[in-house]
Amino acid sequence: MKDVFGMIYTSDESDVRLRDLTRSRSIAAMPIGGRYRVIDVLLSNMVHSQITNVGLITQRNYHSLMDHLESGKAWDLNRKRDGLFILPPYVTRGNTGSYSGMLDAIRSNLGYVRRSAQRYALISGSSTVFNMKFDDMMKKHLETGADITILYNVPAENELKGDAERTHLKMDEEGRVVDIEVSPRLHSYPNVSMDVYIMDKALLTYLVEVSAAHYRTDFVRDVLLKQLSELKVYGYRYDGYVSRIESISSYYKLNMDMLNGEIRTPLLYRPNPVYTKVKDEVPARYEASAKAVNSLVADGCIIEGTVENSVLFRGVRVGKGAVVKDCILMQGVEVQDGAQLSNVIADKDAFIKRDRRIVGQESYPVVIEKNAVI
Amino acid sequence: MGKKCVAMLLAGGQGSRLGVLTKNMAKPAVPFGGKYRIIDFPLSNCSNSGIDVVGVLTQYQPLELNSYLGSGMPWDLDRLTGGVFVLPPYIKGKSGTWYKGTANAIYQNLAFIEQYDPEYVLILSGDHIYKMDYSAMIAMHEKKQADCTIAVYSVPWSEASRFGIMNTDEKGDIVEFEEKPAEPKSNNASMGIYVFNWKDLKQYLIEDEANPESSNDFGKNIIPRMLAEGKHMVAYSFEGYWKDVGTIESLWEANMDLLQSPPAFNLYDSSWRIYARNPILPPHYISETAQVTDSMVTEGCTVSGKVDHSILFSGATVEEGAVVENSVIMNGARIQKGARVRRAIVSENAVVGPDSVVGGNGRIAVVGQETVLGEYSVVKPGEQVDAEVLLKRMAKDQEEAK
Repeated sequence: MKDVFGMIYTSDESDVRLRDLTRSRSIAAMPIGGRYRVIDVLLSNMVHSQITNVGLITQRNYHSLMDHLESGKAWDLNRKRDGLFILPPYVTRGNTGSYSGMLDAIRSNLGYVRRSAQRYALISGSSTVFNMKFDDMMKKHLETGADITILYNVPAENELKGDAERTHLKMDEEGRVVDIEVSPRLHSYPNVSMDVYIMDKALLTYLVEVSAAHYRTDFVRDVLLKQLSELKVYGYRYDGYVSRIESISSYYKLNMDMLNGEIRTPLLYRPNPVYTKVKDEVPARYEASAKAVNSLVADGCIIEGTVENSVLFRGVRVGKGAVVKDCILMQGVEVQDGAQLSNVIADKDAFIKRDRRIVGQESYPVVIEKNAVI
Repeated sequence: MGKKCVAMLLAGGQGSRLGVLTKNMAKPAVPFGGKYRIIDFPLSNCSNSGIDVVGVLTQYQPLELNSYLGSGMPWDLDRLTGGVFVLPPYIKGKSGTWYKGTANAIYQNLAFIEQYDPEYVLILSGDHIYKMDYSAMIAMHEKKQADCTIAVYSVPWSEASRFGIMNTDEKGDIVEFEEKPAEPKSNNASMGIYVFNWKDLKQYLIEDEANPESSNDFGKNIIPRMLAEGKHMVAYSFEGYWKDVGTIESLWEANMDLLQSPPAFNLYDSSWRIYARNPILPPHYISETAQVTDSMVTEGCTVSGKVDHSILFSGATVEEGAVVENSVIMNGARIQKGARVRRAIVSENAVVGPDSVVGGNGRIAVVGQETVLGEYSVVKPGEQVDAEVLLKRMAKDQEEAK
């Protein structure tokens, strides 16, 4: 995989679906699994595939992301040659500073693409969470002689509801994509793109330039859909766990899924550990009155009350007699004595005062915004 | 390249009183408090005190320590000039010896210190758990224009005869030093933390080295000689938590101190964080069958059994039906189904087999690094087992069977 560079496009289009949770951050910066962020998984996938040149295209709300990524050291991407390049939007004569699609975003960063020494580009969206090495996908890309190879999976039927933007693919026996549906109300094909593409850098540059000349900005609609017959597009199927963060409930489900060891282990640490920025927190502390079951608890937490089926990020405090059930409590959330929460997603540093009761539903968890005091 | 102060951390001790725990690693590398190692405390103190050159003097099992320290990044000690360095003894020309004593260890590294041309040298030892602002001690040293400042700690009178005792006058100047006195006149114990003016110290070290009678030790030679010569020696009283972790019992106790409420030693101080090299592991998982009370649990742990008043280190596992009480379960150790661990230290990556019994009322039991105990094994209170002990035990059993 030496001859591949990575490009991650952090889009804002689906950010609005996560309402308050993405007010001050992009989906790529969303905290997951008690200590990670979505981007950690993507970057680790690339690093485990020996991709050491990664460009990260950011748009609005990228402060949170830059703060997290720093020099890329945590992913071993602070290198003399290549490494992590954060590509924020900028305004020039040809640039408006905000992108109207992935093609537009890559066009703005063609300089980075051209300067990359590797022949192939691996382009990835940033709202799909999965843990895989791209080596086999690359191998297949070379074997089939494809122009573009798309990573896809076959989600369970019940995961296909909602109004999220999805690309459904139809493949022939050889795996060549013969039809594409974008966000169909009723889909005809079960295969859904995971927003990861491999293609030759020269082809990428060509497609981007031609599209720009025609005011086309969306990769799926303007390139894949319109030029499907001219391009050799192949699919590569992934069978592991995949989560698409496209709504509050899918974000909630991803975190709850991680309580299951069979999902958590391959997704977060074995065989390919997900790297993330290290904070020097103290180990979690359980007091004598603590009752915790089926939960993921990060360092720095202090638990005196009851915690069930929940994910607790760093430094969460659960007071005496407090009950936390089926919740996601992000970094620094404090639940005071006697408060009761169920099916709640509390954003960073939210503060729930004594004896308050907040009840959500599994299908519609209550979201408490950052720094809120209840 | 000039630095105000260079810290030299004496980490050479084999730590034989820690038994099987230090069989494969130097004492400063011994894990402590869930995610730390003993050396994290002096190193974090240095980093938090603004000291950015630290020489770590070691000559015993340096591999684990070396790989742990790496570039010093976790302690913010990967600096353009300075940083953290492991300094083992080496051969110069035809000569070269092991570190003969604490003073000799510094003497052998004169060149290391010289390159920073420091005003002061801070000597530290690597076997205590404490948080201390060395910059305050150096400030006092400067203010009093001392030749040497020694940190002292008020130990209980009953224990004073185990320590090097500093007798001071009303101004806090040291007038007498007694090594383990039978009848102590004071309970100001030396903490083994010294600030010297580098130019003076260098001279003393060179002269001490030339004296064949000397055992080249700070406590036995350098400090007494400076006192005898009427140098201005000042005691710096340290208040706060300070604990020697040089024995199995004290190491266990210091870990248990963290579980007091409020803890006897506060790790939560965000202005004085203790840094450590952290493995990247997911948050710990507490399963449906788990019962965790009055304990500290860290990243990568999986708990399905009962854990009370114990510390689980990174990646430790307690399986269903296992019981862990008043114990220290180190990195990656696994307590299998139905095992009972009480008042014990289970070292890194050790496995306590199903239905085994480790420890109990009495002295602390120890299971050594990477030691695998089979089903129904028994480790009695005060007993220490590792692979070697197990082999001997097996041989003995076979003999008896014959």
